[in-house]
Amino acid sequence: MELAAFLPALAGGALIGLSAALLVLATGRVAGISGITGSLLGPPDDDTGWRLAFLTGLLLAPLAVVALTGRIPPVTIAAPTGLLALAGFLVGLGTRIGSGCTSGHGVCGIARLSPRSLVATGLFMASAAATVYVIRHVIGA
Amino acid sequence: MPQRIVSQRIVSLVAGLLFGVGLILSGMTDPAKVLAFLDVAGRWDPTLALVMASAIPVAAVGFALARRRGAPLLGGSLRIPTRRDIDARLIGGSLLFGVGWGLAGLCPGPALVTAAFGIAPALVFTVAMLAGMFTFNLLFEAGSRPRGVAKGSGTSC
Repeated sequence: MELAAFLPALAGGALIGLSAALLVLATGRVAGISGITGSLLGPPDDDTGWRLAFLTGLLLAPLAVVALTGRIPPVTIAAPTGLLALAGFLVGLGTRIGSGCTSGHGVCGIARLSPRSLVATGLFMASAAATVYVIRHVIGA
Repeated sequence: MPQRIVSQRIVSLVAGLLFGVGLILSGMTDPAKVLAFLDVAGRWDPTLALVMASAIPVAAVGFALARRRGAPLLGGSLRIPTRRDIDARLIGGSLLFGVGWGLAGLCPGPALVTAAFGIAPALVFTVAMLAGMFTFNLLFEAGSRPRGVAKGSGTSC
């Protein structure tokens, strides 16, 4: 594969890392999307303000990208509606039970060499890959 | 509102924006690409491994500097999780999350971003995800402890 195919992934990853670094350096908080989002669904507390601000920035990102590039990037979702609803529910419930997702465990947790995050990331990557294997190569959907 | 709080919220907004632009630029917001990354037995597309490979060292510098400094630049205290135990909740929750991620190719950040693009299937996923998170709050958090105090268990990481 050519270098050009890798560059967006590397640059995008660097921006994600920069975001997490900026947040922890300036405010002392962890950029974990599931924790930020899930906590906002509970009673308000001292962290509600920055969490709302972070999510507002995140939700403005599509607008910024469309303004800068003039086009919507590819978003191809093949799963049927019922499966999407089930998947979304599992992602919401699972990330909160497991205390983090791809950002909180996968990026921030591994960046600080947390044993919990290393285990969590290994497990969700493995179960995601196993799920794709079953759907594509066992069921053959 | 104190200046410090205003500054914290502005930085958080910028961090959220950077995060979202990073997700879009990296390709993490395209479920077809994510599923191709997870399909190790098929036509495996390893590109997305580079997202973590690039994000982690940059974030690591931030965490190391924050720890060395001992306190955030904008005041307050560092809230970095301290737990190290591997418990059943961590294992079970992560496995459940992986199943959902593998079914649709969306994890929480990309779900919110693609929903903000106004893409209908992403909205379905995201509403269900919020319902799953709310269910967690009902099952596990109701009256368990004062929120925002014991940061080790309920919050992200």
